Amino acid sequence: MPAPATHALPRVSHWPAMLDLAQSLSGLLLALFMWFHMCFVSAILLSEDAAWIVARFFEGYFVFGRALPWLVSVFVALISSLLAVHALLALRKFPADWAQYRAIAAHSDRTRHGDTLLWLVQVATGFAMFFLAPVHLYTMMTRPELIGPFESADRVWSGFYWPLYLILLFMVEIHGGVGLYRLALKWGWLPARNTRDGRRRLALAKWALTAFFLILGLASLGAYMKLGHSHAPLAGEPYVPSWLRAEPAR
Amino acid sequence: MSRTLSISIFRHNPRDPASAPRMETHELAEAPGMTLFIALNRLRESVAPDLSFDFVCRAGVCGSCAMVINGRPGLACRTLTAALPERISLHPLPGFALIADLSVDTGTWMRELAERLETWVHLAAEPDLDLLEAPLSPGLAEEIHELDRCIECGCCIAACGTAQMRPGFVGAVGLNKIARFRLDPADSRDDADHYELIGNDQGIFGCMSLMGCEDLCPKELPLQAQLAWLRRGMARQGLRGIFDKKDKK
Repeated sequence: MPAPATHALPRVSHWPAMLDLAQSLSGLLLALFMWFHMCFVSAILLSEDAAWIVARFFEGYFVFGRALPWLVSVFVALISSLLAVHALLALRKFPADWAQYRAIAAHSDRTRHGDTLLWLVQVATGFAMFFLAPVHLYTMMTRPELIGPFESADRVWSGFYWPLYLILLFMVEIHGGVGLYRLALKWGWLPARNTRDGRRRLALAKWALTAFFLILGLASLGAYMKLGHSHAPLAGEPYVPSWLRAEPAR
Repeated sequence: MSRTLSISIFRHNPRDPASAPRMETHELAEAPGMTLFIALNRLRESVAPDLSFDFVCRAGVCGSCAMVINGRPGLACRTLTAALPERISLHPLPGFALIADLSVDTGTWMRELAERLETWVHLAAEPDLDLLEAPLSPGLAEEIHELDRCIECGCCIAACGTAQMRPGFVGAVGLNKIARFRLDPADSRDDADHYELIGNDQGIFGCMSLMGCEDLCPKELPLQAQLAWLRRGMARQGLRGIFDKKDKK
């Protein structure tokens, strides 16, 4: 009788490793992107022209000689996809039912353990972003040409986006800061050989960076609200940089 | 001036149908150098003769006396009452079967973990007892002995939010054991074998780096460093799995 045809079956799945890596990597990219994003937004603190330059830069104006807003749309779509992947992977870690919520809440309550509480903050801020981030992302994807000093200021003030941006700012900076701190612990990138020293330094760096970006964000949002308020009567008028404006007639 | 301690103790005997879970509060005069071990014995000798709690070594070596002290897991024999406020609450370790009062069955849990993760040295061949053992460098021996200091007290499981939410999670005690055998050159298992044991969400990838184990291990084992080391190794092994599969095609 001939031997039956056989083929070896895999011993074990490599998916758990891939999913864990993907969650960390997507989180890392998003957190770093948010820091850069905040730096670009804060150009309004320098001048309206600076904000215009940053906005047109990402539309390829200084490469192609004209603004191509769809470049921004494509980039926003990529970021949205990354966010979706990260959210899907992070959902695996959420408490799933009443028993799990009760277990983690009671545990956090009785141990009063800082890093456990920070994780619950991650869950809460992450959950909030499921709903808040898409509002912003959809606007940016569909109306990329409306990014600019007057355009953004009008959206913030006359478009009544500032409450959304104010909440998003805190959610993003806290979630990203804690996330990066946890990533460093998770993969063992500590700024010292000794865990205790490394963690203390990391935690310090984390709070300092979070505070810096929150202040920068609040200042930028404040600047946009002020500009939007004063520009409200002319809401909808696009910004023209100072060097392109016609000399006023004498 | 000596204090009068107010000690609230969780009381329940699940094998007694008449027993209902309750907190019992006793007053006790604090003595110099008093540990919770001494305090609990005083209470049992005087007012609570049926109080159940576990002790063997009284010196932080056996791991029997782990309990939740004012919300945090710790060893009662190594906890001085002087380090605690006047009001002390004691609960059994969560995550383990309750025997009675402060006594839990960590033994069955640890036994199942050991069988599941095969936490013993897997020798490549029967050792020749007439030969000298292969030498181990002092540095490596020290590293292995450092991880061998785990006393399986269960505090890391009680300190871990993940383990409390997801009872199948092997926790720091299990992962630390894999790290210990992964270091040991006498163990013939490689990362493909380790990945089968802990390369999933009940193992290393379930760890959410809440750091309860690192912060509350009574033996102060370097658990964060071990977990990160295992995570890097198992992630590498997972990637290898993909490329190996492609090679075979």
